[in-house]
Amino acid sequence: MDRRRFVQSMTALLIQADSNEKPTPYKDVTTYNNFYEFGIDKDAPARNAKNFRTQPWLVSVEGLVKRPQSYALPDLIKGLTIEDRVYRMRCVEGWSMVVPWQGFQLSALINRLEPTPQAKYIEFETLYDPGQLPEQRRAILQWPYVEGLRMDEAMNPLAILAVGLYGKPALPNQNGAPIRLVTPWKYGFKGIKSIAKIRFVEKQPVTAWMKAAPNEYGFFANVNPAVDHPRWSQATERRIGEFFKRKTLPFNGYADQVASMYAGMDLKKNF
Amino acid sequence: MPRSRFFLKAGVFLICLTPLTLLLTAGVMGNLSANPIKDITEDTGVWTLRFLLLTLCVTPLRKLSGWNEVIRFRRMVGIFAFFYGFLHLMTYVWLDQFFSLPSILHDVVKRPFITAGTAGFLIMAPLAVTSTRKWIGRLGGKRWQLLHRLVYLSAAAGVAHYLWLVKADIQRPVTYGVLLSILLGYRLLSAMSARLASRKMHRGTILSYSRSYD
Repeated sequence: MDRRRFVQSMTALLIQADSNEKPTPYKDVTTYNNFYEFGIDKDAPARNAKNFRTQPWLVSVEGLVKRPQSYALPDLIKGLTIEDRVYRMRCVEGWSMVVPWQGFQLSALINRLEPTPQAKYIEFETLYDPGQLPEQRRAILQWPYVEGLRMDEAMNPLAILAVGLYGKPALPNQNGAPIRLVTPWKYGFKGIKSIAKIRFVEKQPVTAWMKAAPNEYGFFANVNPAVDHPRWSQATERRIGEFFKRKTLPFNGYADQVASMYAGMDLKKNF
Repeated sequence: MPRSRFFLKAGVFLICLTPLTLLLTAGVMGNLSANPIKDITEDTGVWTLRFLLLTLCVTPLRKLSGWNEVIRFRRMVGIFAFFYGFLHLMTYVWLDQFFSLPSILHDVVKRPFITAGTAGFLIMAPLAVTSTRKWIGRLGGKRWQLLHRLVYLSAAAGVAHYLWLVKADIQRPVTYGVLLSILLGYRLLSAMSARLASRKMHRGTILSYSRSYD
């Protein structure tokens, strides 16, 4: 095993050990979803995404990058190391899960794509196809869904693009097939699903939720029990399958790996 | 009570219990979602609002259709609104907060949507208590009617409660808001036209008439 692979698997092991928690049952992970493009009820995505076509899938790489171009998904991710990552997922609504993902480090893809030094942020877009994603015909949010990360956040080893779930190398459609973002120290809505565009940009992207309610959803959206949502508390959460609420942890319990990126920042302002 | 009316009332009673029956069945059969406490909260909350709007349908329905018998069911429907509101509140107090008084009080004071919901429920309580024939007598018809107009406020608080808790999709709370506006607008219009009619009548021959709106 070469050195890079070794370091990678060690990192993975450390992360596994850290989230030494029981994964949420597969049924719950795949029937309790926020994927508004397929309906606003939690069970709607599982019902309405059945016939979503994820093959072939093109990902358009745009902006401040060496070769802006469209890739067939298999070409884009060929050779990247797929790992199992068991992550906590804390929804901004006050519930949480433990999800065994399969995916690769976002940093590995970014290194391969070679963004230019001007690129300070990475922006993602969900597929825009109202024929297939029916709720895109309704103005719940401004479609397509947009999310973004600062480049250092995107390069953090915890950030992955997931392409599989529960040991299987494919995502169920309702979980964001065929490729989605997972940033476990942030609220779940940062984990943009069914990514069709990756854009490297200089300015901080304006995400779908920022457009919808800028006073309620910020760009960073780091899990923070000390900063309430304007309308409800973020101090506690209900882990799916548990009766009593748990205390929510700063950065969803991943402070050791990510807090340093926000040193000196006012997290009340940069919520 | 004639036999037929007894059966009719019993039938309406059972229909009003259906949402709870369905919820309990789903719970027992394991057909609730991964977050059953949220399901119970949402279901009982939405049914509270629906029953409130149903009670407000009674008067327009009676006036527009001339079906006077319908008034006999208004109290039952109103009590069911209170009943589902109580279940909704208990779900929050017991299952969601587990009787943690400090955090409940904090919510009531700090979260506008919980303030509105609490207000909506508290307003319903005296209406449920004074819903009996005895209380109509005790208060006198006019005062009783005035008191029971608080139901408008309770329903409005219910809509605000719903509107302020949703994340982005306001379609459902707005739908309830529009329905409530229609039901209240009808009352406003009929009150205004009654006033107008009474003026016209005073100008002409004096006729005995009784203004009635509620």
